[in-house]
Amino acid sequence: MACIKSTGAYVPFHRLKREEIGRAWGSGPLSGEKAIANYDEDSITMAVEAGMDCLSGFNREEINALYFASTTAPYREKQAAALIANALALPRNISTADFSGSLRAGTNAIMAAMDAVSADPSRNVLVIASDCRLGVPGSNFEQVFGDGAAALIVGSSGNVRILKSYSHAEEIIDIWRTQEDRYVKMWEERFVFLEGYIANVREAVTTFLREEGSTLKDFTKVVLFAPDQRNFREVARMLRLEKEQTQNPLLEEVGNTGAAHALMMMVNSLEEAKAGDRLLLVSYGDGCDLFVLQVEKEFSQNPERRGIRGFLKSRMFIKNYEKYIQMKRLMQVETGRRRPPAMSSASVLHRDRDMVLGLYAGKCKGCGRLFFPPQRVCLYCRTKDQYDTVRLADKKGKLFTFCKDFLAQSIDPPVITSIVHLDLEEGVRVFCTMSDRDPDTVKVDMPVEMTFKKISEAEGFFNYFWKCRPVR
Amino acid sequence: MRVDAIRDKVAIIGMGCTKFGENWNKSVDDMIVDAAYEAFSDAGISPDDVQAAWMGTMASGLGGISIGIPLKFRNIPISRVENACATGMDALRNASMSVALGMYDIVLVVGVEKLKDSGLGGLPEFFSHPVYGQGFTAPGRWALAATRYFEINNIPPEEGKRALAKISVKNHHNGSMSPKAHFQRDITLEQALNAPIIAWPLGLFDCCPTTDGAAAALICPADMAPSFTQDYVLIKGFGLAMGPGLGKEDIDFKYDRLPETIAAGQQAYAAAGVKEPRKEISCAQLHDCFTIAELLEYEALGFSEPGRALDDVEAGTFTLEGELPVNTDGGLKAFGHPIGATGLRMCYELYHQLLGKAGPRQIKNPALGLAMAQGGHPGMLMPIVTILGRKD
Repeated sequence: MACIKSTGAYVPFHRLKREEIGRAWGSGPLSGEKAIANYDEDSITMAVEAGMDCLSGFNREEINALYFASTTAPYREKQAAALIANALALPRNISTADFSGSLRAGTNAIMAAMDAVSADPSRNVLVIASDCRLGVPGSNFEQVFGDGAAALIVGSSGNVRILKSYSHAEEIIDIWRTQEDRYVKMWEERFVFLEGYIANVREAVTTFLREEGSTLKDFTKVVLFAPDQRNFREVARMLRLEKEQTQNPLLEEVGNTGAAHALMMMVNSLEEAKAGDRLLLVSYGDGCDLFVLQVEKEFSQNPERRGIRGFLKSRMFIKNYEKYIQMKRLMQVETGRRRPPAMSSASVLHRDRDMVLGLYAGKCKGCGRLFFPPQRVCLYCRTKDQYDTVRLADKKGKLFTFCKDFLAQSIDPPVITSIVHLDLEEGVRVFCTMSDRDPDTVKVDMPVEMTFKKISEAEGFFNYFWKCRPVR
Repeated sequence: MRVDAIRDKVAIIGMGCTKFGENWNKSVDDMIVDAAYEAFSDAGISPDDVQAAWMGTMASGLGGISIGIPLKFRNIPISRVENACATGMDALRNASMSVALGMYDIVLVVGVEKLKDSGLGGLPEFFSHPVYGQGFTAPGRWALAATRYFEINNIPPEEGKRALAKISVKNHHNGSMSPKAHFQRDITLEQALNAPIIAWPLGLFDCCPTTDGAAAALICPADMAPSFTQDYVLIKGFGLAMGPGLGKEDIDFKYDRLPETIAAGQQAYAAAGVKEPRKEISCAQLHDCFTIAELLEYEALGFSEPGRALDDVEAGTFTLEGELPVNTDGGLKAFGHPIGATGLRMCYELYHQLLGKAGPRQIKNPALGLAMAQGGHPGMLMPIVTILGRKD
């Protein structure tokens, strides 16, 4: 039987109060705030973050497959899962797949992971869902949508058993994006929610309970995906759920994170669950997926694993909607006429993929010292071509020196140029920039950690690398 | 190795320098012609007498022919030198070695850079790694050293910024007396301190401008110099030092010292026989691409004790009237910084100071002058030092 072995999550550092969006457009604001991927984040970088969170304390060599789910994968043609697997330093002999096309892609990936584990109980499948959808500026969706990611490892043993699952498929044009659309489109609102979300959830839950001969009273909690607060309340009332029986929908704190949403709620529910709890997970998107989760044992409190709870606590509000325009590139914004467009080279990135994606340093076999990026000839003892590689991506460290560079072109100036000393016995220095920071609080010796980010879009593709950030 | 092999073997018999600035109406060729013909006229020789030439540019030309075309040379050896901000001075060094060898009698050296035709407000971008080392600027890389220098020496950033501002005020003041300088206006300490931040802690007035310009020198064997002119200076020595340049990656590099610059200075002092630089050097032209660079160079070249440069700035040691005037023509800050021309421009100023022809900037009884230009940034420097002396 499929079980959940570990969970992880990621909520971006930046938040925007919905009342600020309301102010910008002179429209009625919804309550709460939304989490916003930074200008250097996308569904791939957030997936790497959630993956790191989930893998913390887990032997990566035991992962056999990575399933990535998103409706906002940066490439239409080119697999995100392969890139994420490299950034997470997963084994090379791994099965990777992207799930897409529906808000149900996240739970579709869990279904596939369960099948993989049923076929071969020795497998461990890392499932990561990540999304950063855009609503049309000024629309209700713009206020509702948030960004985030969740991850879980599915295997044949673990603290949480997936007892049952149910699916049905529905064809309905309720919300969609064609290949050319940047913003999510929808049909008339009452049709979308009454005939789409509400009708399907009703059908799925009642059918499933009838077939199982059980009732909602048999579940400690119902983890109910909902597109927004109003629909959440509507369905909770329809299903006659007690308040304490409903899992926090995260809509007030994060917003609707699309294909990642049901998984983020599930991760959040498992953070709070007690041994013996039974959970019903419901997701929607062109049909429904349902799962029954039996908590056999609570997940231990690993301080390195931040999950939804940890990342929710670490946040910074962006000042205004104009900043949001910049971060999401809703308009062409002046970044200074100083340098020609960013350059890149696919062959360089391929040659240096271990250094770039895995942040591997060289450890000299002659003198034992570390160096990043790896050098063929050791700086310290001149030993040639004799080094091991050491992954630095998961290390924390301190800021040795920095500057706040307003000349460097950036969506979010100043660029905090950083010299970081990572906490390794041999000592190692990393030269990088800093993300997810408040420039006013940056100071020498502050604790930092590494974070996977998008550096640029150049030559028509995306260029990823690691930055540092104040420890979240 | 004989670092002093070149001492007193080569003379500079003529020099030229264009107006530095935003030379919208001058092409690269125009500036080469202006600088070279001033040098020809200064030395009293004809372009036909030039037996070999070296040209230095970072990006304003391709090959030695870049000066062959505007100056119409007839099949003589011309080499192009590129060594980042050390370019112009390294062209002089290479040319000097050929003269010291006895191979040529009259050699022309030209350094040039045209930066203002790019449409960009700074230096052009060169191809670099797609993601590693992206998003960094020259002021940013020097600012890393400023932050660390202040931290290590327990200098509150405001106090450190004030010392840097004083360097800028000094250089602008000297530039106000240099008719060919990019900027010829005094600034106040308040102006410098209140200027927009470029890369904290460096503000606008801590940074040199983007400048067009060219400079040229004519050199010959020292014993032949009197046959051309009575006004010449002698090359006493060069220093050029480059290391692995991995300071930003090397955890042992602490950012408050410039090891390559220290080494280049020591080479030049050994070459010229200088034992006590602070006493023996009459004036110096340093590479103040950023004010923090000039501050760290005081220490690297032995003008100030390590960690104590602020005391000398406070005491006015490096002003025109001070014990060791630095950047008497305004430096990169006020005179400007056309990369390939900068090293020769520094020599142009030393040449005039040593010949007593520096006008209102003239210092008293100069004997030895030092010029130091360097490419790169702390942790990856490419410094070159030239020491020039009077013929007597």
